[in-house]
Amino acid sequence: MKTHKYTISVFTENFIGLLSRITLIFTRRHVNIESITVSESEVKGVHRYTLVVKTSEDVVRRIVQQIEKQVEALKAFYYREEEIIHQEIALYKISTKFLDGQHNLEQLIRDNHARMLSVENEYLVIEKTGHKQETQQLLEQLQPFGVLEFVRSGRVSISKRMKDLSQYLDELETEIQARVEAGKNH
Amino acid sequence: MDTMTKNARIREKQKVQLKGAEAVIQSLLAEDVDTIFGYPGGAIMPVYDSLFDYTDRIHHILVRHEQGAIHAAQGYARATGKVGICLATSGPGATNLITGLADAMIDSTPLVCITGQVASHLLGSDAFQETDVVGVSMPVTKWNIQVTRAKDIPAAMAKAFYIARSGRPGPVLIDITKDAQFGDLEFHYESCEKLRSYNPCPAPAPHAIRRAAELINQARKPFLLVGQGVILSGAEKELTTLVEKAGIPFGWTLMGLSAMPTDHPLNMGMLGMHGNYAPNIKTNECDVLIAVGMRFDDRVTGDVNRYANQARVIHIEIDQAEINKNIHADVPVIGDAREVLEELIPLVEENDHTAWIDEFHALRKVEEEKVCQAELFPDKEGLTMPEIIRRISESSQGEAVLVTDVGQHQMAASRYFGFSATRSNVTSGGLGTMGFALPAALGAKLGVPQREVVAVIGDGGFQMNLQELATIRQTNAAVKIVILNNNFLGMVRQWQQLFFDRRYSFTEMQNPDFVKLGEAFGIPSRRVTGRDHADEAIAEMLSADGPYLLEVMVEKEDNVFPMVPSGAAVSEIRLS
Repeated sequence: MKTHKYTISVFTENFIGLLSRITLIFTRRHVNIESITVSESEVKGVHRYTLVVKTSEDVVRRIVQQIEKQVEALKAFYYREEEIIHQEIALYKISTKFLDGQHNLEQLIRDNHARMLSVENEYLVIEKTGHKQETQQLLEQLQPFGVLEFVRSGRVSISKRMKDLSQYLDELETEIQARVEAGKNH
Repeated sequence: MDTMTKNARIREKQKVQLKGAEAVIQSLLAEDVDTIFGYPGGAIMPVYDSLFDYTDRIHHILVRHEQGAIHAAQGYARATGKVGICLATSGPGATNLITGLADAMIDSTPLVCITGQVASHLLGSDAFQETDVVGVSMPVTKWNIQVTRAKDIPAAMAKAFYIARSGRPGPVLIDITKDAQFGDLEFHYESCEKLRSYNPCPAPAPHAIRRAAELINQARKPFLLVGQGVILSGAEKELTTLVEKAGIPFGWTLMGLSAMPTDHPLNMGMLGMHGNYAPNIKTNECDVLIAVGMRFDDRVTGDVNRYANQARVIHIEIDQAEINKNIHADVPVIGDAREVLEELIPLVEENDHTAWIDEFHALRKVEEEKVCQAELFPDKEGLTMPEIIRRISESSQGEAVLVTDVGQHQMAASRYFGFSATRSNVTSGGLGTMGFALPAALGAKLGVPQREVVAVIGDGGFQMNLQELATIRQTNAAVKIVILNNNFLGMVRQWQQLFFDRRYSFTEMQNPDFVKLGEAFGIPSRRVTGRDHADEAIAEMLSADGPYLLEVMVEKEDNVFPMVPSGAAVSEIRLS
């Protein structure tokens, strides 16, 4: 079984319990979710899930079919890495005691295109967005400064495909309406 | 007055002030519900109190255990085609429904289950009889919801009914907090006809139907598989037309039984692990395999890697998630079976495949000689399950609804019972729930009181829900109960014999006196131990006006054959 990293995008109604229903589909097949984020989409009332898994295409295809089968799920897709633009955000809390002129923090922040979010007496917070390996690289470079805290978000992603959500929703609505009118939506 | 205002006024008039509990009952009435199965308890008491005012319009069956309620609702739904309704309280009442929900989920049975819940301010506090039943039932419901406000009840009920019965049917659960049942609302019921995110019955793609017709027309050795989808979509007539026009032999799955008359000349028998010889062998020899409303369960396919590899597969199925799940479909046709078949029939050419069908008949003869002969006309003293099933089937002229439990008797009944009408087979197929048959038979009988309902049950399964004898007595439902008693958990024992070196680990049973037990519940009961009284006892049972229990002592260590051992290909089916 050849495994790859897949990003799954799910568009749903805002419904209590749907998150559990979706994660159960993975749990039942013993597939670990590497990251998950949920937010509103560009369409009002439609929520968007981004999930990252490492599995075979066969398994991810079946998972996506099962997700789409959920009553409140509007549409679900899965993508290989090259089919999406994706990003994660990471925050690093660093002790100020290393700001002694010996360590070149400025250069590190510049080179990594990171930025300083907050500076306090005892600590400062750096933010970096990027792919996982980029935020990971900065983490390793900051280790000499003593990283007090580190957190990385789940992935968010946008597909390279041009067809947008509202087009899918329109198609779905048209089809369902046609079925209602034909007296066959049951 | 313009029409709009007029309509608005009419709507306004239709709005009545109700309590949430009464809104539940009114919603049921709006959905034409006349029979419900349930058990009262603290958190559902307001609904029960309201129900007390509607006993002239809703027939409530007081079961003896919530599992009995849900299996009865399943039996009702399967025999009638209507949605089965269950009412239960919170906590243990709700969790007792879980097995039935799982059973209905995997066997696509439409149910609406209403559970009471603790008051909303107590949610999450581990209150008395509080269980997160929405969380617990999530994997075994098509949809579920918790309602905490009275005003949300009608819409939730409408959505529940729509989801339960549309597309691929399934069980839904509505959990209603006690304060929502006590709360006030302006009641107005609007049935649900669509949801933006839910496309239950997609229009079949014309190109897929054309492609399917081409394959069928080119086929020299076509074979069609009949699943429960044929029954659920009411496609029995269309299916008959199709197979007769194109001369296609068919086999049926356990859940597809009774979709056509058993004695239809194109019927080649049951598929799968304990199905018939010919349809299993021929699955791996046909050139076009047409699956209608079925999901290629592992009990049907055996080893999927050696299943019909030589054939082009047409998969007609309403649930898109079933396409390419277990078996690759060369031509998937997504849609309602009846609609697809209606469109397919005119494109299919008249044909007959006599030589191909003769090959099935030759194999059937082999099975008859090597298996059926000894089972139906045994030369040993002990009774066999098949001979009893055949006698019941013949005595009821195949007109009865057969309700089976799970195990050896289920397979014997499925192979030897003759069906003449659709919706005549009620069994626990996908989940294999022992204890299903007794309450399911009660539900079936209440759903189709004009029909004979015969429950065939093993001694093990009977004891899993035998408390429902009391419900059968109380309702006087004329369920005919046949216990095929071998004092063993027969199917497990068979596997122990064949695959575990005859190590009969905890499968032998010391049973109660079933006749005395039946009599204790006030049900006429009789035991048959030998062949000479079997026919007479069956006749007595079938002519009884009320419920009747017949215990038949059968051979202790008989096995069910043919058999596709697990992991084997369907064509490796064994006759002994």
